[in-house]
Amino acid sequence: MAKARKFRGGRVIPGFGLTFGITIAMLSILILIPLASVLFQSFRLSPSEFWGIISMPNVKHAFATSIGCAFIAAVINSIFGIMLAWVLVRYEFPCKRIMDGVIELPFCLPTAVAGITLSKMYSTKGEIGGPLFDWFGLRISYTHVGLVIALIFIGIPFVVRAIQPVLEKLDSQYEEAAYILGASRRKTFFKVIIPELRPALLTGFGLAFARGIGEYGSVIYISGNNEKEHTQVVSYIIMQKLNYLEYESATAIALIMLIISFILLLFINIIQIRQSRRTNNI
Amino acid sequence: MSIKSKVVKVTSAILVGSMLIGGVTGCGSGSKAANSDTIKITNVSYDPTRELYEEYNKSFVSYYKEKTGKDVEVTQSHGGSGGQARSVVEGADADVVTLALAHDITLIEEAGLIEPGWLNEFDLDSSPYTSTIVLLVRKGNEKGINDWDDLTKDGVEVITPDPKSSGGACWNFLAAWHYADVKFGGDETKMKEFVKAIYDNVTVMDSGARGATTTFVENGQGDVLIAWENEAIATVNEYPDDYEIVSPSVSILAQPSVAVVDENAKKNGTEEVAKEYLNYLYTEEAQKIIGKNGYRPSNDTILKEFADKFDLDMNLTNINEFGGWDQAYEDFFKDGAIFDEIHQSTAE
Repeated sequence: MAKARKFRGGRVIPGFGLTFGITIAMLSILILIPLASVLFQSFRLSPSEFWGIISMPNVKHAFATSIGCAFIAAVINSIFGIMLAWVLVRYEFPCKRIMDGVIELPFCLPTAVAGITLSKMYSTKGEIGGPLFDWFGLRISYTHVGLVIALIFIGIPFVVRAIQPVLEKLDSQYEEAAYILGASRRKTFFKVIIPELRPALLTGFGLAFARGIGEYGSVIYISGNNEKEHTQVVSYIIMQKLNYLEYESATAIALIMLIISFILLLFINIIQIRQSRRTNNI
Repeated sequence: MSIKSKVVKVTSAILVGSMLIGGVTGCGSGSKAANSDTIKITNVSYDPTRELYEEYNKSFVSYYKEKTGKDVEVTQSHGGSGGQARSVVEGADADVVTLALAHDITLIEEAGLIEPGWLNEFDLDSSPYTSTIVLLVRKGNEKGINDWDDLTKDGVEVITPDPKSSGGACWNFLAAWHYADVKFGGDETKMKEFVKAIYDNVTVMDSGARGATTTFVENGQGDVLIAWENEAIATVNEYPDDYEIVSPSVSILAQPSVAVVDENAKKNGTEEVAKEYLNYLYTEEAQKIIGKNGYRPSNDTILKEFADKFDLDMNLTNINEFGGWDQAYEDFFKDGAIFDEIHQSTAE
């Protein structure tokens, strides 16, 4: 992957200069300039003001809630994502194409629609939440559990779409070889298949996790936003600040979020690079 | 490499798609005055006035045609009041604004789009209609909720939006605060305890008034919703067998304000229509439409015609008693102010 980034001339199809220029322009307009403005805005605060905002109890709780719930959701998504991808790649069944398409629904459905629907279904009077509450006394909407469910919903396509192509390319010869060499099914799965999937799984996990930390639309309706119960997420706190035109506080929190996401992606990339080095050496 | 490129492909497809959609709708609203026979004006308003202005616009169009022989077309825009104000500041082409709070219009004034003195441009501080905060309960009122102090009882579940994210929700807080003020004669410690007890009973705190109504009505949460009177009336009209309105003894008068966005109207050549559009709100005909839609008409005679709909005996305070909106924000809703004090102390 890293090699592709190097400057190269003499290709069959010319136009490097033009496309590279457009890429840089698009990147600047869409990503770099807005991010720089976040940085710039938050520098208007003095360090003590900045720290004061970041260390407010509701901000700290929101970070704990966002990161914790997004992590749990990403873990659950990884497990179910493998299963889903496995089913979609390895077996033939009717309506497989349709099911495959449905996976992408969370990408294109407005997240607010998803949030409202989920909160209704999982509320104590809803179609799923109702029986759960009546029989087991479980509350889902307006708790952390509801929050995690919303994050699972929006995160699942990242994992499935990351794993699917790798599974498709994974030759069943490996499994057959493992079987012939006397490995049990469990051993084959954990020692042969999972290591092959790991980089893809990590990418999917990372994307789902990063998306979950910043999610707004779908969680806002199901989380209850109650400071007392620590169900406020970071993006909600940012919206609170924006509603009162406190741009500086909002960007201060956004900056911390940006840093967390950056560290996260960096961390995942490092693991991936190590992994690919190891597998290439064999 | 293929994993990443696939993800990139999908996201870039979504990006391009959403840009296309944005571009198309952007062009749609940008083509003003394409047809020279009809005058087009845009009214930027807030969420719950949707039905009111739908009916009002029809009435205004036929009135204006009769008076001047010209056709008018009114484009409506609705959303959270603060967000709508921000969008006008950032360039939305509104000829008139009809927002929930005078403060939101002041924001536009500060951006230089509305001339100072707009508050006196139309009658009664430019508020052709008012509203207040009431309590909406489920039919039968099993928990026996009659006034604000019933909201502090154990076991009563209250639904109200978060004042820290919704300007409208601040009114709910201030109404309760005013009740406590009357009850405890200004003893601030007791008042804080009282309002804290109400907010301790809040089970779901949505980010806005519409969200709170959805939580209470559609998702069946809570025993009582602290709501705008017009929203409560609309809910009861829609589900007469399921809900009833309880008017508390004390509440707060909210005065939604209207103004011509002078800069935009000048540019669009719509100053005269825009002015006429807002003036027409004060006519008898319009005041009746206003009353029918659950807002309190500013015309007293017509307000009395709707006496069965509105509880006119409520003791209403207003924002000036809190020293105006900016002062109220400083005192109550700023980080570390009274709302944080009562609502966060339970978190630790």
